[in-house]
Amino acid sequence: MSLQIEMEHHRKALIVRLKGELDHHNAHLVKARMEEAIEKGDSSHIILSMKDLDFMDSSGLGVILGRYKQITGKGGKMVVCDINPAIYRLFEMSGFFKILTIQDNERLALSSLGVVS
Amino acid sequence: MNEANFMKLQFASKSENEAFARVTVAAFASQLDPTLDELTDIKTVVSEAVTNAIIHGYDNRGDGVITISAEIANDTLYLTVEDQGRGIEDLEQAKQPLYTSKPELERSGMGFTIIENFMDQLEVISSPGKGTLLTMSKRIESKKALYN
Repeated sequence: MSLQIEMEHHRKALIVRLKGELDHHNAHLVKARMEEAIEKGDSSHIILSMKDLDFMDSSGLGVILGRYKQITGKGGKMVVCDINPAIYRLFEMSGFFKILTIQDNERLALSSLGVVS
Repeated sequence: MNEANFMKLQFASKSENEAFARVTVAAFASQLDPTLDELTDIKTVVSEAVTNAIIHGYDNRGDGVITISAEIANDTLYLTVEDQGRGIEDLEQAKQPLYTSKPELERSGMGFTIIENFMDQLEVISSPGKGTLLTMSKRIESKKALYN
């Protein structure tokens, strides 16, 4: 039921992998960890991998939108990958596809940002 | 015709209970043999309603009480989520997609929109200073064949 946040810097991209369930209870943790990594690190872009995210509600949408604004405010990009059908529907309903780039997996996300090793 | 089955759940307005509430309601709803998508819809709706009660109803205080009741009648799940919090002053505004009364908290403003989309029916009764009652229902598709 809990949430794990895994982060890895890869070239100019910060890869964030969310595992478990993202809701109001733990959204502030995602916010705090990502905010810090964006401010301290030298990553220009964010790749948000949702491969092992089993559940997300609108609190997740809020925190993703917040980080999107943060990284684009610094001139970077945000790519979301490996989203399951349930989360896809939430994104669709909220109009997120108008602003977010979606890729099937991390490898494609990295190559779309031009930061493949 | 089966007799209706029901359950009632009461818990403190703490965010730790959001997962507890959605998993419990989903476990109860499993009796209707829902698809995985339907079950996710129900979990998401409960999560949205309980989160609203905690953040907006009780202003993130943990000393409030949230009551959920669920009933299964034939192929339909009836659900209520109730709080005795501050209530909603402008319901039409609250239901607008992307509207949030607490932008400083990074809320997406999608709670009501998600509930309306994932359930077949939603009724909201709210009185400022007294609380909010959500009444919802969802027909579980996978059992339709049995009752048609």
